Amino acid sequence: MKKIITIALLFIGTAAFAQNKNAKVSIEVDGVCMMCKARIEKACLSTKGVKSANWDVKTHELKLFFDENKTDLKTIQANIAAVGHDTKELKATDEAYASVHPCCRYRDDKVVGEHHD
Amino acid sequence: MKNIFYILLMLPIFMSSQDKINGMIMEANDKNEHIGLAGANVYWLNTEVGTVTDLDGKFTIPYKTDYKKLVISYVGFKTDTLTITEPKMVHHWLQPTDNLDAVTVTSRKQATARSYLQATNVINVSSDELLKAACCNLSESFETNPSIDVNFADAVTGTRQIKMLGLTSPYILIATENIPSIRGASQAFGLSFIPGTWVESIQITKGAGSVVNGYESIAGQINAELVKPSTDDKLFINAYGSMNGRFELNTHFNTKVSDKWDTGLYLHGNLRDEKFDNNDDSFLDMPLQNQVNLMNRWQYIDTEKGFVSFINLKFLNDQKQTGQIDFNPDTDRLTTNSWGSEIDTKRYEVSAKFGYVNPEVPWQSIGVQTAFSSHIQESYFGLNQYNITHNSLYTNAIYNSIISDSRHKVKTGISYTYDHYDEVLDVQNLDSNYERTERSVGAFFEYNYDNLDKLNLTAGVRIDNHNLLGTFVTPRVHARYTPWEKSALRASFGRGKRSANIFAENQNMFATSRAINILNSNGNIYGLDPEIAWNYGVSFLQGFNLFGRKADVTLDYYKTDFKNQVVIDWENPQEVNFYNLDGKSYANSFQIELNYNVFEHFDLRTAYKYYDVKTDYTSGKLEKSLTPKHRLFANASYETHEGNLNDGFWKFDVTYNWLGEQRFSSTASNPVQYQLPEYTPTIGTLNAQVTKVFSDTFEVYLGGENITNTKQSNPILGAEDPFGSNFDTTFVYGPIFGSMYYAGLRFKIK
Repeated sequence: MKKIITIALLFIGTAAFAQNKNAKVSIEVDGVCMMCKARIEKACLSTKGVKSANWDVKTHELKLFFDENKTDLKTIQANIAAVGHDTKELKATDEAYASVHPCCRYRDDKVVGEHHD
Repeated sequence: MKNIFYILLMLPIFMSSQDKINGMIMEANDKNEHIGLAGANVYWLNTEVGTVTDLDGKFTIPYKTDYKKLVISYVGFKTDTLTITEPKMVHHWLQPTDNLDAVTVTSRKQATARSYLQATNVINVSSDELLKAACCNLSESFETNPSIDVNFADAVTGTRQIKMLGLTSPYILIATENIPSIRGASQAFGLSFIPGTWVESIQITKGAGSVVNGYESIAGQINAELVKPSTDDKLFINAYGSMNGRFELNTHFNTKVSDKWDTGLYLHGNLRDEKFDNNDDSFLDMPLQNQVNLMNRWQYIDTEKGFVSFINLKFLNDQKQTGQIDFNPDTDRLTTNSWGSEIDTKRYEVSAKFGYVNPEVPWQSIGVQTAFSSHIQESYFGLNQYNITHNSLYTNAIYNSIISDSRHKVKTGISYTYDHYDEVLDVQNLDSNYERTERSVGAFFEYNYDNLDKLNLTAGVRIDNHNLLGTFVTPRVHARYTPWEKSALRASFGRGKRSANIFAENQNMFATSRAINILNSNGNIYGLDPEIAWNYGVSFLQGFNLFGRKADVTLDYYKTDFKNQVVIDWENPQEVNFYNLDGKSYANSFQIELNYNVFEHFDLRTAYKYYDVKTDYTSGKLEKSLTPKHRLFANASYETHEGNLNDGFWKFDVTYNWLGEQRFSSTASNPVQYQLPEYTPTIGTLNAQVTKVFSDTFEVYLGGENITNTKQSNPILGAEDPFGSNFDTTFVYGPIFGSMYYAGLRFKIK
């Protein structure tokens, strides 16, 4: 009986501590166009553990699904910044930003304006 | 000195502290209530100056005169940019974005577009494109599309067959909303049983296509998406009248039943009761016809729980009468008084679709489709009688998911089809009854890999067990590679297998004096073996700018190689022979297509097509008859857009088709007066249409088909002696009726 309780308790423990395999997070990522979309989503999906990434060109909302056992939001944001896109918490370095295609320079007012025609 | 430095440092603070903007950001709502939005970002464009709204949605932000654009953004809401000219209170409502992940494309939508991204070579035809040819049913919807060839109506039934990659429509899987619908008994006239106004968009897949919808497709797949009750106009009326005596009326009623249910009722009627014999061969140039077609759709959407469902009910009644102008069906039916033909079709259809997307894990979804149809055709052609009843059940269940992440998608599922054919004939040489049941159970698996960059690959396989075709494997692979910007290189291969419905697919042979022979090879279907073919294709798409305007060019090369085919041999003018292929049969097609946006709202599309379609007949290897080697296509469309679109505008559209010479099947053994040359003359036709859009709710159109009045002078061989031994209505290579003008209107309430 004791054994069973111990085992059951053990299971409850794992169940309680098991992290969400399909954690759903929404963050804002700066960008302007479909090329940015491809770049952002690719950066996310090449992070091991990310299952789905969908960035909306218009709202700049990035919907992420990832396995919390394998990765976390910080790592994903770092990878997004590494390809040149800013998130609220983490800005891309100037070098990374410079690597994006000229039409994707989302920090440039003129470029942003061209995409809003 | 140091003090001055400090003062200088302080200056900006003094300046900025002088002006501030206060405001409040709110969630948009119907009553314009002040519901504050906490945590929204407010910042000046291109500056580091920004803030976040407090719990009540209020904010304070420094202001300088050179700050002009204030950006307000919040996840889940549309980002707005306000132009600020003076420091005053800002009250702004943010609009929530839709729950659906709709991507709004800001550039002008192309009416027909090829994707740069998909692995399959799909041409998407939008409803705008469908309006370019105002008339009238699905078979006529392809007139402005160079990938599909619309044949001229045959001399008796007046229906148009379509071809793709040089192959006739039985080799194309034609589906409505992904349920194979034009097959079996409806193969011959099915395209004319789907009214054009019901069609929302069409997807044309060149090449093998997906394994999800079955094993039958060989040349390609055509899917017609129908209008949806939730998005179609509340009321839509389309009336059409043409100078060849054809009248059509389409009405759609759509209404919301509850917050999750929508329903639509779609009515179509067409009538042609005027007799024309412009070429004085005593035969009607076009059949007399009337059709009543009804559809009732029910749509259920629950976005929160992820359920979507459609239920459709359809009914069709179609009657055609053709033949000699003085033919009276009441007295002359099945007599030699006068040659005539009637084709009556009734079709009942029920279909349902059910879809579930897991709201927690949106890449997981389940779809179930099921359709039942009963198709009854009663007909006679002169003294030949042909009746067919085809009952069909189709069920398909699909599960979508990903492997590790969304770059690796999988689709898997099972399908079941049941077809019962009952054909009753009174034709010389043939049995009086052919009856068969086909049953198949299959499972499929399709894997898609998208590296989100240069490569996209789809590989699918299905295994089917069929009571007459046996157990067989159907593999299909598509790949897209992007070597450089604005380009797409595609390749595909795949296998298809089907049973040929030799009577239903070749009904025009009943309107001849030919003897019909099935050269039995002890197969399961009319004594014949099933058709098997492999299709291979490569396609290259390149977009570019020409004089600063968008253009793209596509090169397609496809090859269909028949391992087995039911050969239809017309080479003896006294006979039609059906037999299994002994030797080679192939269809090679090459197409070059150029699209160019010459100037604002003026689009030009041109194409050249080359077909090499040959079969080993018993009389030797021959080019397929009535299939031109060379084809040219051009379409130009222009819209006037001045000021507000609601003030109305004009649309102009012109299509030119040119067909090279086509081989006539041999008539060498006929008496001299019934002999035809080896090849037909070349044919060019011109269609044009003008639409005046008065407003969102009303537009009228006027158009002409075959404006240059090109005609085939003697479409019917032996027309003066229809019960003689040389009567033949199948040698049609061009328009029978000359130029034809039409007008119509569309009225809609959104």
